[in-house]
Amino acid sequence: MIGQGRLAAWAVALAALVALPFLYRDPYHLHILVLILIWSFAYTSWSMMGRFGLVSLGHGGFMGIGAYVTALLWNHLGLSPWIGIPISMVAAGILALIVGYPCFRFRITGHYFVLVTLALSGIVLQVITATRDYTGGSLGYTPNRASGNKLLALQFDDKTTWYLIALGIWLFGILVWHWVDRSMARYALEAISEDEDAAAAAGVNVTAEKLKITLISALMTALAGAIYCQYQMFITPDTVSGIAVSLQMVFAAIVGGLFVSLGPTVGAIITILLAETLRIGFGTKAVGWDNLVYGVLLVLFIIFLPKGILGSVLDRLKPQPKVPRAHEQEAVQITGPGT
Amino acid sequence: MGMQAFLDIFDIYLLEAVINGILLGGVLALLALGLNLIFGVIDVTWICYAELVMIGMYAMYFMVQYYGVSYFVAAPLTILLVAILGALLHYLVIAPLLTAPPINQLLATGGVLFVLQSFATVAFGIDFRNLGIRLPVLAFGDMNFSYARLLSFLAALVGMVAVYLFMTRTFTGTAIRAISQDRQIMALMGVDTRRIYLITSALGGALAGLAACLLVLQYDVHPFVGLSFGPITFLICVLGGLGNFIGGFIAAFVFAEIISLGGLFSDLEWGYVLAFAFFIVMMFIRPAGLLARRR
Repeated sequence: MIGQGRLAAWAVALAALVALPFLYRDPYHLHILVLILIWSFAYTSWSMMGRFGLVSLGHGGFMGIGAYVTALLWNHLGLSPWIGIPISMVAAGILALIVGYPCFRFRITGHYFVLVTLALSGIVLQVITATRDYTGGSLGYTPNRASGNKLLALQFDDKTTWYLIALGIWLFGILVWHWVDRSMARYALEAISEDEDAAAAAGVNVTAEKLKITLISALMTALAGAIYCQYQMFITPDTVSGIAVSLQMVFAAIVGGLFVSLGPTVGAIITILLAETLRIGFGTKAVGWDNLVYGVLLVLFIIFLPKGILGSVLDRLKPQPKVPRAHEQEAVQITGPGT
Repeated sequence: MGMQAFLDIFDIYLLEAVINGILLGGVLALLALGLNLIFGVIDVTWICYAELVMIGMYAMYFMVQYYGVSYFVAAPLTILLVAILGALLHYLVIAPLLTAPPINQLLATGGVLFVLQSFATVAFGIDFRNLGIRLPVLAFGDMNFSYARLLSFLAALVGMVAVYLFMTRTFTGTAIRAISQDRQIMALMGVDTRRIYLITSALGGALAGLAACLLVLQYDVHPFVGLSFGPITFLICVLGGLGNFIGGFIAAFVFAEIISLGGLFSDLEWGYVLAFAFFIVMMFIRPAGLLARRR
């Protein structure tokens, strides 16, 4: 499917991205790039579900579990993140299955699904706050500095190493996206998002397909949380979990575009640059101003660009069983006149 | 002798927690009613509902604590303020999106959540504030009840009865109920849907305002206070069936009991976690909600 030209373009772009930190060493700009890459990965993880109409506001919960479980295992049990991260991912995956199964089995969709997942991220935030004796509550949590092997502790001081790690994780996310995009699961999930009953009648196991993509998405999101924690070395319930983080993921993925692999990345670039610009513009003493402007812009975006980037993308989130989708109409037109 | 045996079986603390749960349920039912009203009539979920309550709590705080207004004067003003906020939310954000996909409306109110939270952070700072009103504790036998909770419960009941009377005894209320049954036909019958939607939104806001007046008696205000009861309100509405008033009412008391009894054994936050676990179990047992009216 992929053309020679596109493959070459990807290779060149990747080579440029890998070479970048060796040619350009401004620490602040590298820091922003690392953040963009990590969040892009998180947003891509969210869009794995979101593109099939599964709008989850629970991903803040998965991200929080990834970050906190990894850090807690390191601090309390001395377990290396190399083991801690897989454990945290499994924990997030189990939670995703526990919440996802009844939702999918009993056809909880639309508003209901959004609210249930919203409650999930709220509850994870509550648990982190409630266990303040271990997690530091809302004051935040810092993984202990490694005294020995840095690699074992997954703690690095230079930005270049982190940039390369983040780039690798981001690329992994894009590859998984393409893998799903070309799998049979994609067609099954698109059928489900258009009409669950029709898909079930056509022999698609609706519950199993939805659970699979939810599991993949949750595992990746937990990984994003763990990597974010290892990079920042400081997490608070509000920065890695909860409703605000979930909403941030949804907005970024939607602003950038849900149905193209680089959409969430574009969303991350736009939102993080916007937040950084506002933060610098308003200064650190005015806490909250960046989010205020950010929130207003997002509302305006949704209202005034309903048929722009957002509208065309979101129309497909709504099941429209009778109307053929855009690419099908195109296909008809191309074959229509005859060649 | 018989009385003593009764008390031995019935742990006094357990009974106290049960009654406190009922008292908490009143305010939760009020919150659920407001959200259900908006959903039932306009078919929109206000993700930022708890943040409207937060703004109301700040209004109460500043009027009572800062400007020395009497609580009973400040309360109606707060209810009015949040009602106006509710109408504004509909007019500025929801109305332009009425024909958009439902998920757009929901996400736009999510943006409003961001705006309200950060507005509170910018304007009021992140300090915890409280009214400084210490209401007496009611002693009944060996049990202690907070006067504030009792007052909240009664006020919430009065508020709900008032809404019920408004919906059943007035022309506007009847029009609201009719619209919630059939959106298209009522417009053809000459009902101005835009006006009804605005009134409903203001009513939903007023209920949030009333909840704010009651919650501020028991809890400190801070910009993120909405997060501590917002998720539980959403769970209540889903369990009761979105738009189902009676289901929401019952679910509110069930959840309040779980939170209260859970809090008996550990922190209040664990009560919330227990409530969520219960919710997941209930989805297996009664997937269509307590009183199924799910489409």
